[in-house]
Amino acid sequence: MDLLNALVVLMNFVIVPATAYGAQLALGALGVTLIYGILRFSNFAHGDTMAFGAMVTILVTWGLQGAGITLGPLPTALLALPVGIAATGLLLVGTDRVVYRFYRRQKAKPVIYVIASLGVMFIMNGIVRFIIGVDDQRFSDGERFIISARTFREITGLEEGLAFRTSQAITIVVALIAVALLFWFLNRTRTGKSMRAFSDNEDLALLSGINPERVVLVTWLLVAALATTAGVLYGLDKSFKPFTYFQLLLPIFAAAIVGGLGNPLGAILGGFIIAFSEISVTYAFRKVVEYIGPEGWEPDGLLQLLSTDYKFAVSFGILLIVLLLRPTGIMKGKSV
Amino acid sequence: MSDNPYHNDRGNKDRSITKPPAESMGDPVSPSGAATKAEGDNPFLIGRAMTGGYGKGADILHECTISVEPGEIAVIVGPNGAGKSTAMKAVFGMLNLRKGHVLLDGEDITALSPQDRVVKGMGFVPQTSNIFTSMTVEENLEMGAFIRRDDFRQTMEQVYNLFPILRDKRRQPAGELSGGQRQQVAVGRALMTKPKVLMLDEPTAGVSPIVMDELFDRIIEVARTGIPILMVEQNARQALAIADKGFVMVQGRNAFTGTGKELLADPEVRKSFLGG
Amino acid sequence: MTKSLDTRAVMLFALVAVLFIGTGFVQSWNTTLTILNMGLISAIMALGVNMQWGYAGLFNVGIMGFVALGGLAAVLVSMPPVEDAWAAGGIQVLLGLVLGAATVVGAILVWTRMPAGWLRAVLMLTVLIGGFFIFRAVFDAGVAAVESINPASTGYLGGLGLPILLAWPVGGVLAAGAAWIIGKTALGLRSDYLAIATLGIAEIIIAVLKNEDWLARGVKNVTSLPRPVPYEVDLQSSEAFLGFVGWLGADPVTASSVTVKLAYAGLFLVVLLALIWLSEKALNSPWGRMMRAIRDNEVSASAMGKNVKARHLQIFILGSAVCGLAGAMMTTLDSQMVPGTYQPLRFTFLVWVMVIVGGSGNNWGAVLGGFLIWWLWIQVEPLGALLMQGITAGMPVDSWLRDHLLDAVAHMRLLTMGMILLLVLRFSPRGLIPER
Repeated sequence: MDLLNALVVLMNFVIVPATAYGAQLALGALGVTLIYGILRFSNFAHGDTMAFGAMVTILVTWGLQGAGITLGPLPTALLALPVGIAATGLLLVGTDRVVYRFYRRQKAKPVIYVIASLGVMFIMNGIVRFIIGVDDQRFSDGERFIISARTFREITGLEEGLAFRTSQAITIVVALIAVALLFWFLNRTRTGKSMRAFSDNEDLALLSGINPERVVLVTWLLVAALATTAGVLYGLDKSFKPFTYFQLLLPIFAAAIVGGLGNPLGAILGGFIIAFSEISVTYAFRKVVEYIGPEGWEPDGLLQLLSTDYKFAVSFGILLIVLLLRPTGIMKGKSV
Repeated sequence: MSDNPYHNDRGNKDRSITKPPAESMGDPVSPSGAATKAEGDNPFLIGRAMTGGYGKGADILHECTISVEPGEIAVIVGPNGAGKSTAMKAVFGMLNLRKGHVLLDGEDITALSPQDRVVKGMGFVPQTSNIFTSMTVEENLEMGAFIRRDDFRQTMEQVYNLFPILRDKRRQPAGELSGGQRQQVAVGRALMTKPKVLMLDEPTAGVSPIVMDELFDRIIEVARTGIPILMVEQNARQALAIADKGFVMVQGRNAFTGTGKELLADPEVRKSFLGG
Repeated sequence: MTKSLDTRAVMLFALVAVLFIGTGFVQSWNTTLTILNMGLISAIMALGVNMQWGYAGLFNVGIMGFVALGGLAAVLVSMPPVEDAWAAGGIQVLLGLVLGAATVVGAILVWTRMPAGWLRAVLMLTVLIGGFFIFRAVFDAGVAAVESINPASTGYLGGLGLPILLAWPVGGVLAAGAAWIIGKTALGLRSDYLAIATLGIAEIIIAVLKNEDWLARGVKNVTSLPRPVPYEVDLQSSEAFLGFVGWLGADPVTASSVTVKLAYAGLFLVVLLALIWLSEKALNSPWGRMMRAIRDNEVSASAMGKNVKARHLQIFILGSAVCGLAGAMMTTLDSQMVPGTYQPLRFTFLVWVMVIVGGSGNNWGAVLGGFLIWWLWIQVEPLGALLMQGITAGMPVDSWLRDHLLDAVAHMRLLTMGMILLLVLRFSPRGLIPER
């Protein structure tokens, strides 16, 4: 029995990747939940918004790399991120002006917004493919590892290595900063509080003199920042491919709903729940069990609950269980 | 079903794509028009000969008149479905009037939206969903003061002095408070704009008799600070007891008007509405 | 239906007809028929979705899954059984599946029959986990045996070897079964959670199809499905056909291809017309009136004793079955089952564009939307290419931008579809042929 090595394997293949993935999902789900809370609909264009933000960031990154500007050990994309956020903000606010504002003036039913968001999804999807194509794009540079598996083995003398990639560390750090900023904004600033008030009780917010158009504008800007950050972090950690981003819609929705739609804390919790279950259910635990079990004993089979292709099934299964037991989500979903 | 195709959601109630709509408070005046100077000598706040209903529906109010003077508590009482709340909503602009006017402090504000009436100095406490349940008590008060750009800490202090329990609970989410405490938050929120008149829609609905008495005490205290109060009440007897002026409504019309004492003493009012 | 609306609908259908006929003259009749056949199938899918959305306001974003189930039905019904695979592990696979189902049923029984408490939770988990491992042990061994039989050409259990036309209703039944399970859970809760449920189940169905090689060869695809219509080569060698073509003075190769497509079109048209007739009948029956009453005012309908949830479940199953039927027809037309081609944009959201553009709640609208949007989906690419050639005409031949623009033409269709959806939603929110 070798618990230490088992733990290292578990850390290396489950805990560290799931934490990074969970942070990415949480950022995505936060955007979905903000729109749901304020504009009252689920935005089907969210995956493509992430793709758009990531795309702009990638293009700027390439430009910077071409000009010889880098961040040293850190990926250059971090430098380009603000530009990506700004461009996405412009796109979202523009979309709101051209598409959604009209329906607000008409006091349209929320499901009309959902249908409109399908149209926006097609267009954004088209724009991204039009500009950058459908292929995989890599744009990470700088140091690949903070600790590589080999260094870890050399330092600790353990049999197993624990690799900690820069992109994973950056994901976690940036997500922490983003979430802290978001919560500071929502809980401490006048505008943030007015957003929460609007989401909680729209009529009363109007009576209190809160300007809905301003709330909506700020919401889109926040969503742009969150979506772009999520998209870039996901791209750094894995790679950028428009279709993958579109497919992130399901785990992101699942995270937002599991946590309780409209509840930011829930979105974060939901993101990690989905990420951890997705990765641990599709991970082959053979090696971990080998270390935990008695010396010389080898389990037959991979000890993998489901093949990786079924990761969507995991998001969905968790979602069903939560909805059956607690229809409002884990953290009661209602307000921002 | 409305004619507007954008209002047709085909009965969809899928919570994974749309957030359930809040209960509509009424049919507010929109877009907002301008206030005009009113001629002559008028009460401080008056909804005069108001006739109207929700949307395109039938008239609910018929030539109904409600007024309140500075320093007064005016109550609207009457049987269920008499249009008490509707009359108050009409005064606040949550109902499109077909006839009649609303005057406040020498101005005709009939064309103003509810939001603009708040700016003009009206404080309104709806009967339900009158607080931000997910926000703390203090945040509720801050949101009440949203239109004020000056320092409102003094007003908040006054609200806390008026409702001491709120000071103790100021960091708690308002949704976690008891019914009576929530109503105090709601009234406090409306007071944060330093309104010239405070309108309460059934402030004691659904609270226990003891809490109701306490709420009435608080309301009297608010009135003592000089703010005129217009209030709709189910509990006619208690309400008239503290009222300077009472309006008894029946089927959208004024049935009896007088001071609270007069109405309580009126045998016909007693027989029909106060249970003898 | 008022007179003016009638004329409008006829005009719009005439316009679509002109588009198709124009394609025949400008491009080729072969192309027209290819687009028409998928147009017919798209119209059927749109009919199915229109039942759910138009009649009951149910937001189904898992159309792709039902269509894929129809495709699976085509394989399972029409392909010949692989005897060796059945002998090697077929029974064991089935046994595994039965055990898996028994586990789920057992867990549900424990949950519903036992009093609440920790014992119930523990017991249910024990049943689930224990059942899962037994299932995997039996099932995995069976699957391995099946997939090892001649993996290059079969490696799966095969089908029943029945005529492929039978697969169409079977596809509908498969989709209906899946819809029943989804609807039972997602519509049975306090509020509906249908959108997310369908979104998820569609991805899962595709994952199963890609992954379970024993079922339909997974990403190795099943090709050469039997056809309900003659093969081109057979026609070309048939004396009667050659004589007929010679009399017409046409090229035998083109003529055979056109004939095959016409035969498909005839079959599809029969199905489409039957479905429209049934839908219109249903819509104007007491059942249809009840559905509309529920949709327009659920509160009063349920106060009148209508079981809203059961009606919703019913219509969700019906609409999904129609999508499954269309899916089986599509796989029949393609003669192959390629799980990798099922994409949500194409099979879920494009159908939504068809319904919204055509006219929610109007069967004719949905059909019109199916034809029109499918035609555009195909033709935007050549039209876009023309446009891009115009734009890039002045650019140097080796210019980077020119290459990029010409390459990007392929993505114009997504942009166009989004634009059309938004324009129609904004300026004609009831769709091209509004509901009566």
